[in-house]
Amino acid sequence: MYQYDQYDQRLVDERVAQFRSQTRRFLQGELSEDQFRPLRLMNGLYLQRHAPMLRVAIPYGVLSSRQLHKLAEIARRYDKSVAHFTTRQNIQFNWPRLEDVPDILAELATVQMHAIQTSGNCIRNVTSDPLAGVCPDEIEDPRPYCEIIRQWSTLHPEFSYLPRKFKIAVSGARKDRAATQVHDIGLQMVENETGETGFEVLVGGGLGRTPIIGQTIRPFLAKTDLLSYLEAILRVYNRFGRRDNKYKARIKILLKETGIEDFTRRVEAEWVQIRQRLVLDTGEIERVKRHFTAPDYKTVAGPGPDAQAAADPRFAVWLRNNTTPHKIPGYRAVFLSLKACGVPPGDIADTQLDAVADLAERYSFGEVRATHTQNLVFADVHQDDLHELWQRLDSIGLATPNIGKATDMICCPGLDYCSLANASSISVAEDIYSRIDDLDYLHDLGDLRINISGCMNGCAHQSVGHIGILGVDKKGEEWYQLTLGGSSSNDASLGERLGPAIDKAHVAEAVETILQTYIELRQDGESFLDTVRRLGINPFQERVYAHH
Amino acid sequence: MPIIKDGAIVTDTWHHLADDEPVSAAPCTVSLARWKREKSELAAHGGALGLRLSGDDRVEDFAGELDQFPLVVVEFPSMGDGRGFSIARLLRERYDYRGELRARGAFIPDQVFYLRRVGFNAFEFTYDANLQTALPLLNEFSVTYQAAADEPLPLYRRCAR
Repeated sequence: MYQYDQYDQRLVDERVAQFRSQTRRFLQGELSEDQFRPLRLMNGLYLQRHAPMLRVAIPYGVLSSRQLHKLAEIARRYDKSVAHFTTRQNIQFNWPRLEDVPDILAELATVQMHAIQTSGNCIRNVTSDPLAGVCPDEIEDPRPYCEIIRQWSTLHPEFSYLPRKFKIAVSGARKDRAATQVHDIGLQMVENETGETGFEVLVGGGLGRTPIIGQTIRPFLAKTDLLSYLEAILRVYNRFGRRDNKYKARIKILLKETGIEDFTRRVEAEWVQIRQRLVLDTGEIERVKRHFTAPDYKTVAGPGPDAQAAADPRFAVWLRNNTTPHKIPGYRAVFLSLKACGVPPGDIADTQLDAVADLAERYSFGEVRATHTQNLVFADVHQDDLHELWQRLDSIGLATPNIGKATDMICCPGLDYCSLANASSISVAEDIYSRIDDLDYLHDLGDLRINISGCMNGCAHQSVGHIGILGVDKKGEEWYQLTLGGSSSNDASLGERLGPAIDKAHVAEAVETILQTYIELRQDGESFLDTVRRLGINPFQERVYAHH
Repeated sequence: MPIIKDGAIVTDTWHHLADDEPVSAAPCTVSLARWKREKSELAAHGGALGLRLSGDDRVEDFAGELDQFPLVVVEFPSMGDGRGFSIARLLRERYDYRGELRARGAFIPDQVFYLRRVGFNAFEFTYDANLQTALPLLNEFSVTYQAAADEPLPLYRRCAR
């Protein structure tokens, strides 16, 4: 993974000093609430319902064991011994005291971490494929470009006060595991006719209040042009994006109101002017690539896990659901499920963080990745270690065999923690979980994505859930709007609204009815998503609302 | 009122004329709209003339005439309105404006590092800000990854990494 050099480290250290001074000036009354807000947000600090929330950046989801130990220590010392992985591959602490935040940032800086631009109207932490560098369907490893974008966007002098937040995702594989079509900018690595790899550039995707699928404004961009093209898009957005209404301020609205042809023309016209001045040298690309070389893989394959799987059905289920093929023969990528029954999705205890760090050290070259579905990945596990690793994960509650299944729900903190939320999400997830927590049933339901957000800001990406659940406030009561048929993968689509909102007591039951209906109507192993796409929402609608 | 200019606190000698305020011989700035309307009268007034821009103004439309202004002021109606950052870079980097480029408005001392980087060399707060606090913040960071108006090359081309 990327290791800081003296420049990276100095910048992060200076950032800590800066925030320490800003916090002191705020507490002394020198900075007003309004002046301090954007400054603290650009350091990931929200003032929340119960206590501040600090969002720490995990650039493109990659963490070392050492960093995990530090996060565990912070959870113990400053939070209630728990941390929360988010849908943008970051991690959040929910109970730090404002006065302690500069110290927390200083602790993070000792392990090359920070909270820079994890919130605010600026370029956010760049996200990517959690299987980057190891998946068999990769065109090129996206991580070096993510790191280059991280550095370019960090404290960008021109683009730190944008009309609204700005999210960039990069995918290097044929299967899009980075949800590039629902980001402000999605970069999909592609190969052109001459075999050169570059980027297809999508703009204007996004979830939240106005979910929109991004559109391609350039089918092929050479790598050396990456930064100048990003700068051109951002400049057009910074100058012409709407600032009169925060709900219309994302780039997707500018794109929609300008029209894709005119928008693209503006970007290209700007790009022509700056292209020669901001070349991304191949030398720099090579320098950063050297940080992402393959680990020292064992070449001799042992017996593999088949015999152990045959002897142990629980291991077999886990092996099937929670591990995935690797580009190196004899290796697999292993998902650690943060979706155990009774635990808020994405939550992890300090002791688990420490245990994961030790296991990563032992079984996966000391590295862990966070996924946008709020799970973790050990990217490089030898097949002969799988059974032992499974036993250890099982003993710390991180081997629930439900990756990509109905109980692997994406869920925001909701009303319990978040000051923006209109309704709770964790308790709804628990209700649903308890109704489908049977392994055979879960397996029978197949691949299923249920996403639950407690308000229309949509942090849990409910509009691209196969089943999306959105909490709304109706006269002080919690109601839920259901959508069906969304996806954030290559076949990205927005879910269709099922009908009137459903009250909290009946949401889990409605989901169960939807799943039952699917089982009755599917044809020859058809997935839930395909069934919804074939039949439309009508049969589901009839069944759900027949009960009410 | 004192302002920060070229890294020092100095007394401001300019007067910002409202659009309906009569022109005097003292150095003054006018809005782009007024300048477009009264070009010839303003040119005849004899004193130094500066131009004030808002975020809505399109630099491209009058770039050829920038040279005649010893001062260009970019207005920041709030600290969150970042359009002025792009305007400054265009003025400095694309249109090669060399005169005084001043940020004026409700921005805060904590933004002067960014403002300096995009090309501003003068800072006029329109409220009672602490200039002594702002002064060292001009160079708050010793590391800059990007090329901008202050630095033609990105870090990777400036330093052996």
